[in-house]
Amino acid sequence: MTNIPETGRSTRVQTRLVVIQVLVLSLLATLGGRLWYLQIRQGDEYAAEASGNHVQQVVQPAPRGSILDARGVALADNETRLVVSASRTDLLKMKDDGKAVLTKLAGVLGMEPEDVMDKVRLCDAETPQPCWNGSPYQPIPVTDEATPKQALQIRERAEDFPGITAEPMAVRRYAAPGKANTGQVLGYLSPVTDEEIKKAEDTDSPFLRSDQVGRSGLERQYDKALRGKAGVTRYEVDNLGRVIGEAESDPGVPGSNLVTSLDARVQRVAEYELNEAMKAARKEMDRNTNRLYEADAGAVVVMEAKTGRVVAMASNPTYDPNAWVGGISAKDYKKLTGKESNYPLLNRATQGQAAPGSIFKVVSTSAAVEAGYDFNGGYDCSSSYSVGGQVFKNFESASYGSIDLGRALELSCDTVYYRLAHQEWKKDGGMNPKTPNDYFYKAAHEFGLGEKTGIDLPNEVSGRVPDRQWKQDYWKANKDAWCRTGKKDGSYVEKLAYEGCLEGNKMRAGDAINYSIGQGDTLVTPIQMATIYAAISNGGTLYDPSIGKAIVSPDGKDVQAITPQAHGKLPISKTTLAQMDDALAGVATRGTAAWRFEGWPQDEIPMHAKTGTAEVHGKQTTSWFATYTDDYAIVMTISQGGTGSGASGPAVRNIYDALYGVSDDGKIDTRKALLPKPQAKLPTIKADGTIPAPKVSKDVVKDLLPDEKASPEEEYAPIDEQGQAATTPTQNGDNRDTRRHRRRGGGRGRGRGTTSGSVSRRART
Amino acid sequence: MTGANSFQVSGYGPEKAGWTRVFARDGMARRLDWPILLASVALSLMGSLLVYSATRNRTELNQGDQYYFLTRHLLNTGIGLALMVGVVWLGHRALRTAVPVLYGASVFLILLVLTPLGSTINGAHSWIKLPGGFSLQPSEFVKITIILGMAMLLAARVDAGDRPHPDHRTVLQALGLAVVPMLIVMLMPDLGSVMVMVIIVLGVLLASGASNRWVFGLLGAGTAGALAVWQLGILDDYQIARFAAFANPALDPAGVGYNTNQARIAIGSGGLTGSGLFQGSQTTGRFVPEQQTDFVFTVAGEELGFLGAGLIIALLGVVLWRACKIARQTTDLYGTIVAAGIVAWFAFQTFENIGMTLGIMPVTGLPLPFVSYGGSSMFAVWMAVGLLQSITVQRPMSA
Repeated sequence: MTNIPETGRSTRVQTRLVVIQVLVLSLLATLGGRLWYLQIRQGDEYAAEASGNHVQQVVQPAPRGSILDARGVALADNETRLVVSASRTDLLKMKDDGKAVLTKLAGVLGMEPEDVMDKVRLCDAETPQPCWNGSPYQPIPVTDEATPKQALQIRERAEDFPGITAEPMAVRRYAAPGKANTGQVLGYLSPVTDEEIKKAEDTDSPFLRSDQVGRSGLERQYDKALRGKAGVTRYEVDNLGRVIGEAESDPGVPGSNLVTSLDARVQRVAEYELNEAMKAARKEMDRNTNRLYEADAGAVVVMEAKTGRVVAMASNPTYDPNAWVGGISAKDYKKLTGKESNYPLLNRATQGQAAPGSIFKVVSTSAAVEAGYDFNGGYDCSSSYSVGGQVFKNFESASYGSIDLGRALELSCDTVYYRLAHQEWKKDGGMNPKTPNDYFYKAAHEFGLGEKTGIDLPNEVSGRVPDRQWKQDYWKANKDAWCRTGKKDGSYVEKLAYEGCLEGNKMRAGDAINYSIGQGDTLVTPIQMATIYAAISNGGTLYDPSIGKAIVSPDGKDVQAITPQAHGKLPISKTTLAQMDDALAGVATRGTAAWRFEGWPQDEIPMHAKTGTAEVHGKQTTSWFATYTDDYAIVMTISQGGTGSGASGPAVRNIYDALYGVSDDGKIDTRKALLPKPQAKLPTIKADGTIPAPKVSKDVVKDLLPDEKASPEEEYAPIDEQGQAATTPTQNGDNRDTRRHRRRGGGRGRGRGTTSGSVSRRART
Repeated sequence: MTGANSFQVSGYGPEKAGWTRVFARDGMARRLDWPILLASVALSLMGSLLVYSATRNRTELNQGDQYYFLTRHLLNTGIGLALMVGVVWLGHRALRTAVPVLYGASVFLILLVLTPLGSTINGAHSWIKLPGGFSLQPSEFVKITIILGMAMLLAARVDAGDRPHPDHRTVLQALGLAVVPMLIVMLMPDLGSVMVMVIIVLGVLLASGASNRWVFGLLGAGTAGALAVWQLGILDDYQIARFAAFANPALDPAGVGYNTNQARIAIGSGGLTGSGLFQGSQTTGRFVPEQQTDFVFTVAGEELGFLGAGLIIALLGVVLWRACKIARQTTDLYGTIVAAGIVAWFAFQTFENIGMTLGIMPVTGLPLPFVSYGGSSMFAVWMAVGLLQSITVQRPMSA
């Protein structure tokens, strides 16, 4: 026992013990504070980091839905390819990191072992291609072109190839049934970009790194429905990447199928006829420029008149959408987007715009009636019309005396419209307008011009109505340049600039006169004109053109029909419409288009047409041909192609022949008819969700011309050869016979090649 | 029991049976420091759960028996409790006479580690493999014998009433006694244990009342020594790397900084309530190395959250608080020094171990008292608890 009393303990020791205690407490407080900081203040960040640590995703891509035509024929579907993949995680478990297995695999596939190893290594800053850029937990494809024999070898000797799989996998295919390419309408896919992944992160359809995204056409418009949702299995893994459990997984949803109103067979005919018409035009001499016609681009739209549904839509030059499958090469991409090939990716039916020429006269006619002119009144169709010293000539200076508006449409008499437009211009106040009526411009807007039709295709252009507002805007934007370059007595362009600088913001008499016959600054797209002519056919309803008809879920249980929507009514009375309908029938029977519809069974299938030839400064004329029956409207245009009926006429006639099964002698053979009535019903959907398709022969055109050899040439510029094939006129005459079939429509002694001189005197625009 | 018993005055009543004496008013049970005992038991039991959580799926460690570490931890705790009881029974004062023998034995054991009998675990050659899969880490026991030895020397003349504070010669002797095993441990090299011993020596000197010159001199010498160790390249590369990673954990997240990063992710992801016992993905995914021993606190952080991990700190706080109180309340300097030495030991080891998992201390291989798996450490800390209990039991009852 100690003999020092408690009080005898030195204060030094007591003080120091207190110091120790305080020190110890502050250390513990530090720990507590730090713990609070990590777990409470920054807890969320660390929790996120931890989950990133442990969860790895394996993605099972959703098969993309097919794009079907109205009868269920696949225009775009998936093809199965044998893909051999290697699982990195399995390979790394082996002693030599899987080298032996990969070498053996290379032997089976006939590849170099180094190439195989390069393909399965992970990309980083120092690793050059080839390398794997995706998740290391995803099986890495070694080849997608394995033969069934190779795949069998790998599967049957699974114990020799641990970590290697040979699975059939879906790859996009544009099948071109019956040789219907449908390139620009279908669009194409390319891999999702980093920005897109980021942008879609928090939406209800986020992208996965492996996703392909529709870039144009229907693939883009209906991307969300077609894409479906990839399945994601999340595995919890340990620090070595070994799977220790399955976390929540999202089952995949295959993409829905899109049933369109397109008909593969009509599409093929339309594409073929467009290309043939352009080829033929390139052999024609343009008497204005003394050059062969360039026919550098063209488009044709076949539309159901009563619904606005598109049965066929072709654009030329075109391309093979399969070039995009499996990643497009830089070379091909340059070709497809270059000036050389004249931008084959553009869908000229919705993205090409030009002055409409005389097919615009239906708008002018209704405007005149709206302005109070009697449809049946007498209007002077003189050979020319002069305003202030400027002479506006009738086409080929023909003169027909006093005629009504119907006859003016039939004969496409320009001077009638000049006079009406000029009178209205004067009524509106001439150069100093006060609250002008602008009937002619209002009518254009009411017909839906200057605005997108609302077709279910991306990047449609709106065209242009050169009204006062536009003139004002355009002048504001350009007057500085005009005033700088304009010269009163300079060249044509300099004179134009001079005038533009002075009064470009004003509607001049010449503007109004040119406008009335669809010349000048007016721009329209083929789809706009098809919409208008379909409306004239169906009694006046302007439908939003549509291609998608229904979205069918992969199990076939959910069919989401896309019903046609209208965006307006034509601003004309039933009477005027009937009168105009008569006049347009007259165009096809005795007017400017009559020579193209000779022998047409007009009583069974009333044909209506309007031709147009638009002048473009510095270029050859644009050919327009707008037609309709009770069922269909077909509008075709060829840039720098010549006259409306001349260049486009035979092709349009041939398309009608194919649709209705009209043979050369005017007989209707319903067995040969491709689609005498529009396909109203959706194709049958079986209980298991599959949509059986009728057989389509290898080349629809060949069947229609059994005695003739269809053009051996590819319809689109083969991208592996020179891209200008589509733009330069083919001048060699060795495939002359390819034109023979077009005489079926326009022929019988009236073939363009031989009688074009006499014909063009009669044929007006 | 009759009612009369309650009026009996301790020490003056008739002889009672042993257990009655123990629970009498002034009996041992009443004088035991129950908070320390309960906190220590609680820590050991929590430790066994955390160790179990960290090892139940690790077949490469637990030899296919998921309860391998759990049972062993509980067994160690039991042995530790028995050792505590033994120490209390003997009494720290009685042990005083045995200190030279104990000291000699512990130094002999650490010398044995340097012979081929020793084995290396995690870069430190500080273990003796025993038959039956057991291994011994003698440096844990040296911590106790240093405390006891220094206390014996420093308190001898003061407790005898000869002088108020230990004189310089005594201090020098005491330091010499500490330095010998420290040098041996440094040769292993077990830097963490040396650091603990330096802190113990500091605590012991402070509590002994040795002159300030010694205290500050030792602090200065410690700093100079650390610098010298750094400069002269006595440290192994892995030790330097650990310090570098401490300074900048982002330096090499896959290499040296990995431990600290993953430990912090584990703890940080726990949040307030944690992922639940056995539910921690960092733990199940074995992202944190040495999780049943040095990094056991990360299991608590991840699976029990701020509440559970905070409870461990609080329980250790209870032990340390009561130990400080014992140091202050005991009347003999020997007891004071022993208690203070234990406080310094536990406090530093707690701060270093938890601090390294929280990223505020460099990584060293020090166990968390009671919680980390490891027999030697468990036995040593329970013996220390025994010493604390003995000191409080044997102090004269004051008002």
